[in-house]
Amino acid sequence: MKSISNKLASLLLTAGALIGTAAHAVNDLPGGPAVRQLNLAPPVTRIAEEQHYLHWMMLIICVVIFVAVFSVMFYSIWKHRKSVGYKPATFHESTTVEIIWTIVPFLIVIGMALPATKVVVAMKDTSNADLTIKATGYQWKWGYDYLKGEGEGLSYISTLDATQRAMSNNGAKGDIPDNYLLKVDNPLVVPVGKKVRIITTANDVIHAFMVPAFGIKQDAIPGFVRDTWFRAEKAGDYYGQCAELCGKEHAYMPIHVKVLAAAEYSQWVEAEKKKAAAKADDPSKVWELDAILKRGESVYASNCAACHQPNGKGAGPIKALDGSATVLDADHARQITVLLKGQNNGAMPSWKQLSDTDIAAVVTYTKNNWSNKTGQLVQPAEVLALRGK
Amino acid sequence: MSAVLDHHDHAHDDHSHGAPAGWRRWVFATNHKDIGTLYLLFSFTMLMIGGVLALGIRAELFQPGLQLMNPELFNQLTTMHGLIMVFGAIMPAFVGFANWMLPMQIGASDMAFARMNNFSFWLMIPAALMLAGSFFMPGGAPAAGWTLYAPLTLQMGPSMDAGIFAMHILGASSIMGSINIIVTVLNMRAPGMTLMKMPMFAWTWLITAYLLIAVMPVLAGAITMTLTDRHFGTSFFNPAGGGDPVMYQHIFWFFGHPEVYIMILPAFGIISQIVPAFARKRLFGYASMVYATSSIAILSFIVWAHHMFTTGMPVTGQLFFMYATMLIAVPTAVKIFNWIATMWQGSMTFETPMLFSVGFIFVFTMGGFTGLMLAMAPIDIQLQDTYYVVAHFHYVLVAGSLFALFAGFYYWSPKWTGFMYNETRGKIHFWWSLIAFNVTFFPMHFLGLAGMPRRYADYPMQFADFNAVASVGAFAFGIAQVYFFVFIVLPVMMGKGDKAPQKPWEAAEGLEWEVPSPAPFHTFENPPKLDATASRVIG
Repeated sequence: MKSISNKLASLLLTAGALIGTAAHAVNDLPGGPAVRQLNLAPPVTRIAEEQHYLHWMMLIICVVIFVAVFSVMFYSIWKHRKSVGYKPATFHESTTVEIIWTIVPFLIVIGMALPATKVVVAMKDTSNADLTIKATGYQWKWGYDYLKGEGEGLSYISTLDATQRAMSNNGAKGDIPDNYLLKVDNPLVVPVGKKVRIITTANDVIHAFMVPAFGIKQDAIPGFVRDTWFRAEKAGDYYGQCAELCGKEHAYMPIHVKVLAAAEYSQWVEAEKKKAAAKADDPSKVWELDAILKRGESVYASNCAACHQPNGKGAGPIKALDGSATVLDADHARQITVLLKGQNNGAMPSWKQLSDTDIAAVVTYTKNNWSNKTGQLVQPAEVLALRGK
Repeated sequence: MSAVLDHHDHAHDDHSHGAPAGWRRWVFATNHKDIGTLYLLFSFTMLMIGGVLALGIRAELFQPGLQLMNPELFNQLTTMHGLIMVFGAIMPAFVGFANWMLPMQIGASDMAFARMNNFSFWLMIPAALMLAGSFFMPGGAPAAGWTLYAPLTLQMGPSMDAGIFAMHILGASSIMGSINIIVTVLNMRAPGMTLMKMPMFAWTWLITAYLLIAVMPVLAGAITMTLTDRHFGTSFFNPAGGGDPVMYQHIFWFFGHPEVYIMILPAFGIISQIVPAFARKRLFGYASMVYATSSIAILSFIVWAHHMFTTGMPVTGQLFFMYATMLIAVPTAVKIFNWIATMWQGSMTFETPMLFSVGFIFVFTMGGFTGLMLAMAPIDIQLQDTYYVVAHFHYVLVAGSLFALFAGFYYWSPKWTGFMYNETRGKIHFWWSLIAFNVTFFPMHFLGLAGMPRRYADYPMQFADFNAVASVGAFAFGIAQVYFFVFIVLPVMMGKGDKAPQKPWEAAEGLEWEVPSPAPFHTFENPPKLDATASRVIG
């Protein structure tokens, strides 16, 4: 099959090359899309393999029927033409034939449904997982919480690499990496050969967690939990993207799953736990303006800049922070409440998942950046005091 | 024949029965032919607007990276392209055909409710203006996709409310149109035109009209709940208040799946009339065609959740909807076989209507097969919300519905205008459209299999080549439709070309060919006397 695919690809490539889009040399991304990929992603789980098999089966059956049916039609078009003097027959019904060609497709359809049934049952069996991870869709990033199994308690956010987002804005010109739009700061890390159950939910609107190589796609629905599972059989990096329209940055919330060997996975868990312990901020710590501004700048870049823009001017319905009365207000509670609770029906989402320190930092940053030179300093303790109010 | 001749004598005596002149003829139109013309012109205008939006999408996707627009505008384009094409172009075009052809085909003098007919057309204008005008509202047009999934709709600006209002109005218009069609077909057939002698186009529209009445109120309910969630503090779909976003999808697709058959069944009717005419042989299996159409309509109510396999249904739910969906392949296959059996041992010629019909059967079947693929839940998990789905529904809606509409135009426009379209140009239009269509949408199958999600303003570099090919094809396809209007439609409307005879197609059957071309303003004012097949006027 492969050689046919390749020939077809090169044929189509000629068309593509003619219009000059192949200007950048792009390579296949292992675990992600291949250049001019023609079929499903190479499977890494049993389920994905079954899907491959089903797809080939369906494709072959459909092509055979298609060719059979339309060779009859084209034969007829060729032979039964007025211009070759063919005289029309007068038959216009035949109960036998009609019954046959109702029953035969029915049997074919049953033949197709049977193998699919067993895959559906296997796909939906999320019991006895070795590791359970909650994937939360946010506008526009993924949050991963390790709920059960090795690594329990780890929790982090995974965001598209900011330089790649900027490349997109610049029209993807120049030297573009092979993992364009798929590179994240913190990939989801899982052990090889273990049954991983992914529980999906969302914070704002519906997202969908998809990894083609694993054969999974599960909507992440706010207010509800759903689940899916995979058992990766090969270590490596695998990529997916959000598959349910979730607003303007829909194309910019990729999924990167790093599958590690058992030992490496344990090492990674240890290292993460240490890092988490070191990073855990004491909300009662009193910060200096310079230090908290630096922290605020990075919080802003990875959470706020997508909508409010790096220049703080907003865009369209998105409010400007630069010069905003709420931001300039000497009453810190006003802005902190907006961050904790959201505003305008979730158009400005709630950011309560950020730590007290992060919220204090980003509030301080916005109060002292661009033309906002208030000199105000917000401490994490103020955020802590407003939480739950 | 005499009914028509009577009419002619009549018209000379009684001028109040002639066509009113000037703008009043159109604004106060109660004549089914005039209203049909209005519908067709309206839907072509919307086709052009929706097409421009589609070309905006394809221009942006020609290369990776944001080239022409920001993602907000891109999402507005995908949303409005879908809404305008579905509710503004395809559905009204079929209603236009129904208005023009149904009374003539069943030997009725006009539609049953002439003034309601006028109202259901003119309601569409404010709705269309509101839809198209939403681009100029604060925050731009709705950008939640044509499916308007909650809770993303709750984040939209004021244009969402305009969109919802427009859909309400369009829904009311469709319901009135359907009532009109049902009453006309059931009550106004000429004596001798029994149900099982009706032309297939009348049959498919009768069934479609029932589908419309059944599901348009469901859509209205879904978007009304969205509206109250947005403004009146309810939480039908808002999870923040305990609502269920998936419930929206169930309600939407309970409307949405019959809706796709609403857009294809009248197309089946048109093809079922054209193929026998050019094969010079009666339609094979007329009765089984009627039963197959009815089965498709009934099955369409129990398959909706196949659009929702990835929402996380229980095993039994997935299996039920998978089986039910695959079952639809059976009546659809019967229809394809019947068309081919009609062609078999016919004496075929290939004027443009026949070309578009054969093209329809060929390309629509490809869309049918990809539909079967998507019906398989395990495969759908891979393909849901990717470009494979985009390819699939354009194969059935463009190469399906739109090609059938073109076939119908070429077949019946001599009757409408009294002039023959230019055959060479018709053939150019067909081949140009067919090739450009496939260049546009065939590569999308590969993109979908490779996992490119739909509604993406930017994509990984590996998807670049197929996207570029698709964009080139899309522009070629768009230009073909401008060519169609300027070089084929306009000339016949302005009376250029050969005069059309009463029956331009040698073996066409049906009462519409029993009246002169162009069809007089009033036809069959007195019920015609029909022969045993109910396809000819006698005495």
